[in-house]
Amino acid sequence: MTFAIRTTALTKRYDDVAAVDGLDLEVERGALYGFLGPNGAGKTTTIRMALGLIHPTSGAVEVLGETVTTDRGPLRRVGALVEEPAFYRYLSGRRNLESFARAGGRGDDTRRRLARIDECLSLVGLTDAADKRVKAYSQGMRQRLGIGLALLGEPELLMLDEPTNGLDPTGMREMRQLLRGLADNGTTVFVSSHLLAEVEAMCDRVGVMAQGRIVAEGPPGTLRGAADRVRIDVDDVAAAQRVADRQPGVSILSAGGDGPGVLRVTLAGDATPAALNAALVAAGIRVSALVAERDTLEDVFLHLTEGLDVPR
Amino acid sequence: MFRVEIGKALRRWRTWLLAAALAGVPVLIVIAVKASPPEPQAAEDAPPFLLQIVQNGLFAPLTGLAVVQPFFMSLAIGLFAGDAIAGEAQAGTLRYLLVRPIGRAKLLGAKYLSAMSLTGALLLGVIVSGLVAGGAVFGFGPLPTFSGTTLSTTEALVRVVGSGLYILLAASGITAVGLWISTLTDSGPGAIVATVIVAIASQVIDQIPNLHVLHPYVPTHGWLGFTGLFRFPVDWSGMRSGLTVSTAYTAAFLVLAVWNFRRRDVTS
Repeated sequence: MTFAIRTTALTKRYDDVAAVDGLDLEVERGALYGFLGPNGAGKTTTIRMALGLIHPTSGAVEVLGETVTTDRGPLRRVGALVEEPAFYRYLSGRRNLESFARAGGRGDDTRRRLARIDECLSLVGLTDAADKRVKAYSQGMRQRLGIGLALLGEPELLMLDEPTNGLDPTGMREMRQLLRGLADNGTTVFVSSHLLAEVEAMCDRVGVMAQGRIVAEGPPGTLRGAADRVRIDVDDVAAAQRVADRQPGVSILSAGGDGPGVLRVTLAGDATPAALNAALVAAGIRVSALVAERDTLEDVFLHLTEGLDVPR
Repeated sequence: MFRVEIGKALRRWRTWLLAAALAGVPVLIVIAVKASPPEPQAAEDAPPFLLQIVQNGLFAPLTGLAVVQPFFMSLAIGLFAGDAIAGEAQAGTLRYLLVRPIGRAKLLGAKYLSAMSLTGALLLGVIVSGLVAGGAVFGFGPLPTFSGTTLSTTEALVRVVGSGLYILLAASGITAVGLWISTLTDSGPGAIVATVIVAIASQVIDQIPNLHVLHPYVPTHGWLGFTGLFRFPVDWSGMRSGLTVSTAYTAAFLVLAVWNFRRRDVTS
């Protein structure tokens, strides 16, 4: 099995602080991989090392089976968006793509990229704005152009740092569909994000980074706490609390404390929202809403770091 | 990469602004001299070429070059070489160039060649506008040398162009210094200003007689050596030492720039 990205004990130290601390990361080819973490977790530093922009203090990073150094690597087969997109503001969107296509690379590679400019502009919905100067672009348009640039070389691996930044909800959905489509066609897509919901909505696999290390890794569903939280709106909180208390696997978080008629519980083991609902209705309680409450990334971190740092 | 660099420069207003300013210098000189020809008693204060301009339009491009060299050309080198890497870093485009991918040494090479070419184009602009303005107002004729002999019009023209070429080659050292400065910072304006300061300070040192021990070591040493082309026989000594110094600076600072740029983390 060759990996799209593989780091072994990858470390980057700035003075005494390790931004990336002995990172072992494996991203399989063809996956849509979500790289989660709060600001300062080391995501961007990792991406920059994988792209040969930053020298690792120790350890190594392999991309598409080749070791990356600052002067060589398989970058011709990689498309990247590193932090925010950046362009020559005095050139149009199209001329920017032309400039980057012509910068470096062999003749056939350059010609291939030049021939794909129109296609990439239309993929990211910028055909009409292609001849405007980037100076006049909105943040969302720059973000789209950045993705268009990353796609120019028909990369085998896309590394995108916060690709939905600055996009409106429609743009975000389009972006997710675009990335999902690329992944389904065999492109490995590596996306960093601090939005758990976004990563869950599209990724096959998720790695969570905190303080320079991977603290959790796996399919997106496994990241949340073992217990699911449910919020139930009922007409009689006290009666509902009594019923819920008798159900196995249900523990009460709050009863009426988060608003009138609001009962919040966690479910563990075999307990399901449907079973709880049935029990409440059977006891004559009127349930007007039953909402699964999703963990935010903060909750996940709380959960993960609880397990790591402070054993209770 | 070289073509891309030139293309980018040609689409920036500041390149054309600078070109217009430089090409305007010989035109201004011609107009000023035509409007009020120098009085004989002013002879001792005036730059050497200015006095003879009334006799011959060929002096206009030469005077233009001499006037432009100390400041405007330093500014051009600041903009083209000092800003080369730092400006890309500041705009954030440096990381996208490097992941294109383009090797760091290759990028520096393309930046150096394009900076030299653009400076050369600006100097050519000064010569052409000087020839046009000077020729139109004063006409061309044989040119007297400092040594009292005379050069034919054709021969004089060749030496005017030769002066421009020498000025460009003598500037290669400071261009390499500017490129090195450009790899040290992520601030475009900072690198431009630092390069201009180094160029001007170096010229000032080269002009102060008390500091003559330093003269052979400053990057702009011998910048005025092209005046040797207008002696009889041609005085090559100034140009020889100027080219030696600029070649040494070019080699040393290109190596330094590549070394520094390659070991550096690009965090911009």
